[in-house]
Amino acid sequence: MPAATTRAPSSHAPDPEEPAPRKLYRSADGRMLGGVARGLAGHLGLPVVWVRFVFLGLFFAEGLGALLYAVFWIVVPLGVGGVGGVDRSLFETAPDGRRRLRKPDAGQVFALLALLVGAVIFVGNVDMGSSADRYVWPALLIGAGSVLVWRQADNARRAQWIEVGRRRRVLHLARGLAGVALVGLGLAAFMVVRGSAAQLGTALTAAIAVLTGIALLAGPYLVRMTQDLSEERLMRIRAQERAEVAAHVHDSVLHTLTLIQRNADDGGEVRRLARAQERELRNWLYNPEGTGKEEAEEPSSLAEAVKRAAAEVEDKHGVPLEVVVVGDCPLDEKLTAQMQAAREAMVNAAKYGGEGGAVQVFAEVEGRTVFVSVRDRGPGFDLDAVPGDRMGVRESIIGRMQRNGGTARLRPVPGGGTEVELEMERASQ
Amino acid sequence: MTENTEAAGGPERRVRVVLVDDHRMFRTGVQAEIGRTEETGVEVVGEAADVDQAVTVITATRPEVVLLDVHLPGGGGVEVLRRCAPMMGAVENPVRFLALSVSDAAEDVIGVIRGGARGYVTKTITGTDLVDSVFRVQDGDAVFSPRLAGFVLDAFASTDAPPVDEDLDRLTQREREVLRLIARGYAYKEIAKQLFISVKTVESHVSAVLRKLQLSNRHELTRWATARRLV
Repeated sequence: MPAATTRAPSSHAPDPEEPAPRKLYRSADGRMLGGVARGLAGHLGLPVVWVRFVFLGLFFAEGLGALLYAVFWIVVPLGVGGVGGVDRSLFETAPDGRRRLRKPDAGQVFALLALLVGAVIFVGNVDMGSSADRYVWPALLIGAGSVLVWRQADNARRAQWIEVGRRRRVLHLARGLAGVALVGLGLAAFMVVRGSAAQLGTALTAAIAVLTGIALLAGPYLVRMTQDLSEERLMRIRAQERAEVAAHVHDSVLHTLTLIQRNADDGGEVRRLARAQERELRNWLYNPEGTGKEEAEEPSSLAEAVKRAAAEVEDKHGVPLEVVVVGDCPLDEKLTAQMQAAREAMVNAAKYGGEGGAVQVFAEVEGRTVFVSVRDRGPGFDLDAVPGDRMGVRESIIGRMQRNGGTARLRPVPGGGTEVELEMERASQ
Repeated sequence: MTENTEAAGGPERRVRVVLVDDHRMFRTGVQAEIGRTEETGVEVVGEAADVDQAVTVITATRPEVVLLDVHLPGGGGVEVLRRCAPMMGAVENPVRFLALSVSDAAEDVIGVIRGGARGYVTKTITGTDLVDSVFRVQDGDAVFSPRLAGFVLDAFASTDAPPVDEDLDRLTQREREVLRLIARGYAYKEIAKQLFISVKTVESHVSAVLRKLQLSNRHELTRWATARRLV
């Protein structure tokens, strides 16, 4: 049972409306041994170092510190909190808390050894009379074994947050067995010391018989319970995944479908919505790190920039743009200019050539040359026929490319439509 | 068998097609778009929704072309290709596969091509283009969508390591040009005009690329596909 106290108000109370009774837990994160000092420090609102020093000081006072520590370790349950950690209830399984709890279990063995040494010193210093002395060692063995086994309870609790790996499970089993062996050894030693070694054989047989009976009775039940537990854990993970997907589908797809139903008469708008949703969904499905990425940040690579520009034009003009990118490179100043020209070309293609079908955008990085082409299947157009005062093509595409040391060409495609070709040398490799 | 090619060409040509896709709605859509046999010459002789069904239907009907979805319950399009391999290689009435998918993942696409599909088109393709592609595949030619051409260019582009087999591991300059034009959205006819070659030559270039894609053991190709493992 956790030692419950209501005093010592916390310096960082989690929620002001409900001052839940503070309970003492051993700290699971940032601990050195059992997390006792950390938990105590968090509970009392003292620096950890102080508490640790007190324990250390008491340790030299005939090993009392070690014994106290051991008692705390065994009695106080493992929890979340302590100094520095967010004060959180034990039963709150926050998703980030799971990661914070993921701590290697190394050092626990050393902690146990240290405890044992402390206990030995303590026992060695306290003289209890020669008759009692003989029982000290068996008692110690039994104690150590119990500690080993009882520590399992902690780990079982932690396993609720952490998925226990196979290797670790084996470790737990080994630890449990070691604990049982120690306790058994201690009990045997007791008997030997008491001089009842003669009956050891009979006693052992009887004990084994009883144990076997218990195992037979409780074994299947225990096995089923473990199976149920792991199955439940699996279900929970599945449910979590499903919830995540459902949340995404709800935020994006269902929302879009509603919009589409509302705009069912407007063909262009429906197409635009569908395309935008398709793009977003593809990004979510096929881009590993693209999940939930906001569109706000500036693109840093050529491929990203091309796709972004095409998406924007598609959204604005309701014409599908199909993008194919070969290779990729980081954007520099010249390429940014090229991207602006390409975007302008896409806008033109969508505006004047969108009726003929999808606009095809192709970008290729080959060595230092970056080539972008935008082709539409529209009626086609003649550059010479465009009046000189129309700034669009001349200025934003051809002029911009030339100013930055690139070339731009506009030409009719044999099968109909127009193609804009933009070529630029990258500044650096 | 049902083919009545009187050398007249055009709508007189007939092709028997099996549709394999796990979405019934999509099958219905394709059927409506290309299945009017009198107009398009395409006769849909069977449909399947998963791998087992697909193999059964294909074996029973022996179509000339199978429109195959990449993602299928029971192992995906690749599994269908694997189990139909004997029919693909048959000298008489070979069954040919055209992959049809919404997938953007390079691995999926390269996977079905290496599995033996004669081409890959996205589901956004128009009905006329799809009919065109089906006939092309029936003739044993390859069909590359702009996206597939982009993938292939990308896969063969990083040629820092020396090729193991010079013949298979590298694209010729001409093949590269053809692929680039496909990626830019040109139809075969337009490519022919652009490069001053015949459509037949374009087709042979594309088929050569397909062959390289299927046979090349270049480790980069697989590495590239895994590096692009997107799902």
